[in-house]
Amino acid sequence: MNNNKNIMIVGVGGQGTLLASSIIGQLAMDCGLDVKQSEVHGLSQRGGSVVTYVRYGSKIASPIIERKQADYILSFEKLEALRWADYLKPDGVLIMNEQEIYPMSVISGLAVYPIDVADQLISKGINLIKVNALTYAQEIGNSRAVNMVLLGMLAYKLDFNYNKWEKTIKEHMSSIVQHTNLQAFAMGWNLHDRA
Amino acid sequence: MKLLSGNEAIARGAYEAGVRAASAYPGTPSTEILENLAKYDEVYCEWAPNEKVAVEVAQGACFAGARTITAMKHVGLNVAADPMFSLAYIGVNGGFIIVSADDPGMHSSQNEQDNRFYAKFMKVGLLEPSDSQEAKDFAINGFDISEEFDLPVMLRTTTRISHSKGLVSLGDRKEYPLRAYNKNIAKYVIIPAHARKMRISLEQRLKKLAEFAETFPGNRLEGEGHEFAVITSGIAYQYAKEALGDKATYLKLSLTFPLPEKLVRNFVEKFSQVYVIEEGEPFLEEQIKSLGLTVKGKDIFPRFGELSPMIIRQALLGEAVEAGNSSANFPVRSPVLCPGCPHRSVFYAINQMKAIVTGDIGCYSLGVTPPLSTIETCVCMRASIGNALGLSKILTDRKIIAVIGDSTFIHSGITGLIDVVYNQGAITVVILDNAITAMTGHQHNPATGYNIKNQQTNKIDLENIVRACGVNKIWQVNSYDMHELTAALTSATSCGQTAVVIARQPCVLLNKDDCSDKYEITAQCRKCKKCISLGCPAIMIKNDKVVIDSQLCRSCGVCAQICNFGAIRKVGSAYE
Repeated sequence: MNNNKNIMIVGVGGQGTLLASSIIGQLAMDCGLDVKQSEVHGLSQRGGSVVTYVRYGSKIASPIIERKQADYILSFEKLEALRWADYLKPDGVLIMNEQEIYPMSVISGLAVYPIDVADQLISKGINLIKVNALTYAQEIGNSRAVNMVLLGMLAYKLDFNYNKWEKTIKEHMSSIVQHTNLQAFAMGWNLHDRA
Repeated sequence: MKLLSGNEAIARGAYEAGVRAASAYPGTPSTEILENLAKYDEVYCEWAPNEKVAVEVAQGACFAGARTITAMKHVGLNVAADPMFSLAYIGVNGGFIIVSADDPGMHSSQNEQDNRFYAKFMKVGLLEPSDSQEAKDFAINGFDISEEFDLPVMLRTTTRISHSKGLVSLGDRKEYPLRAYNKNIAKYVIIPAHARKMRISLEQRLKKLAEFAETFPGNRLEGEGHEFAVITSGIAYQYAKEALGDKATYLKLSLTFPLPEKLVRNFVEKFSQVYVIEEGEPFLEEQIKSLGLTVKGKDIFPRFGELSPMIIRQALLGEAVEAGNSSANFPVRSPVLCPGCPHRSVFYAINQMKAIVTGDIGCYSLGVTPPLSTIETCVCMRASIGNALGLSKILTDRKIIAVIGDSTFIHSGITGLIDVVYNQGAITVVILDNAITAMTGHQHNPATGYNIKNQQTNKIDLENIVRACGVNKIWQVNSYDMHELTAALTSATSCGQTAVVIARQPCVLLNKDDCSDKYEITAQCRKCKKCISLGCPAIMIKNDKVVIDSQLCRSCGVCAQICNFGAIRKVGSAYE
């Protein structure tokens, strides 16, 4: 129908989902595409479930993505992958970080954290890619670069070449942290070959 | 071209339009407008203590002949309504824009009031951008309109406009000379004799603006679709385009008050059926129907929550409504107080007082959620203090505690506290001083000693204010010290007078460094789960053991203080 790409980045407030979406949006713009991005600030950032939408293509109207419309979902956390999985297109891809962050409903005993997230997703017929991004980030000695490992994994699937990603990532951060973040990004990018 | 949020675009538009002054109080989703304007040296910017003060300061700059902007969240305009209603009568000297950022769906608000009705009620011009480019353009148009028609202009956004990013083409700043300020009491003094004349001229000014609205380029016909005829505005325009695309002909409205009546009438009369697609209340629909025209709107579209392309497809294209949300079975993840948040220990201590606790607006509203469940009321900015006084006058045998943040206390809590002293309320007011306006993303306020440009300025001392209000019983405590907190609260709630406890500790998010000295749970743990009852996201039960997640722990040490068995200690420290 059209060549627009719909990407959702989901996770827990404070995990750094906004940086990843901002890099994708900037890159798409630099490649001459129309872009819309929607994010939520304020209350939800205090440990709540957060979602960012990035849409790019020849012409984008709505800034939001609805059920069964996402080409890709990049989930920073397992439970959030489950929560938003319905938003994936039938042929979409879900990239899931294997980090578990217990919500207060679980901590206070009102709910149980599902132990079989991956199985549930696969039984829904979802095209799932799992990654323990923290271990890879720690491998390069920067546990904060989890988001860049994940972005690298997503980026490999998208339509832009590696050099352009590298350039945009550099523009988004100070020179001090560029090196480890690019390392983390490259690691994510190359994970597809390892798998 | 730049990828800008609606808020960034409004700031950019105001800058390009030569704005010289801006005043606001932070409030989601409006906050980033002033934050971005403050980056420009050419613009005087300030955080005001509240929205009413912000509007009054902005008025002063406008009277002085400068292009001026003020911005607030929708409920902020309730606070600022008084000076705004007068300003419509008075008109402007330099152009005046008020941004109202509404929050349909209540992402971060207590209601979803549709402030377009305020524009109509106050009788000011109303512009509704539908994306970031229009947000910038309309900020520029808004100043021109304001000056040409001698009216303040409301630029009304919603969360999806303010916080969505889109491509924006940038221009250069255009400097406008200050319009001369001359003493003119017939204009600037709104006593009844003057106001009666202003009242008449206001209708004339609006009439001229209504004529302008007929040809304003933002009000335009679009598309040639045969299946639907649609009148729409704001974000609903984008959703309608997404859902209906080429199937519809659109009357896209942007200057929606005063309504371009001829344009609307001609459009409606051309089609057998016209749909009004708008988010929130039937603002356009009611005005259109009052012209004697027949349209469909809120009889098929909801008036609450956020609109979406899906809702439009379901209403007009017969798309099936999905049965329920399958995610409803998953554990909810509501916002929580952060690990190490200084409010947590205060709430825990307050819970021991067996009092009725009134709450207020800020991060500490999260004190309502389990397991702390401390707060019993939360209404609006400052209400905790008034609510507490009222409760205490009726439920005379109960202890009453009001909690309020530093920024909210400065916003309007001071007048509430004066009422408590004046009317001899025997309640305890706890000021949660985390040295920042936290919930909206860390803005300075008069109690932090820094201004919007991060320059040091006069610091308003909370204790001095409390004392000046006539309070004699004041305790100042460290929020992380459970012993101090409990002692102060016990004394305060039993002294029989107005008491204030100022609990201090900076917001934990202000310190971005990874802290050392994390805590851990040792083998002495008896699994009593007392620490779990703090509701700290870092403390949880995993594999039947209570554990502290060292990634999340912020070393506040509160859990170690409340443990009855000495089972929580700093990582690596020796057993005592």
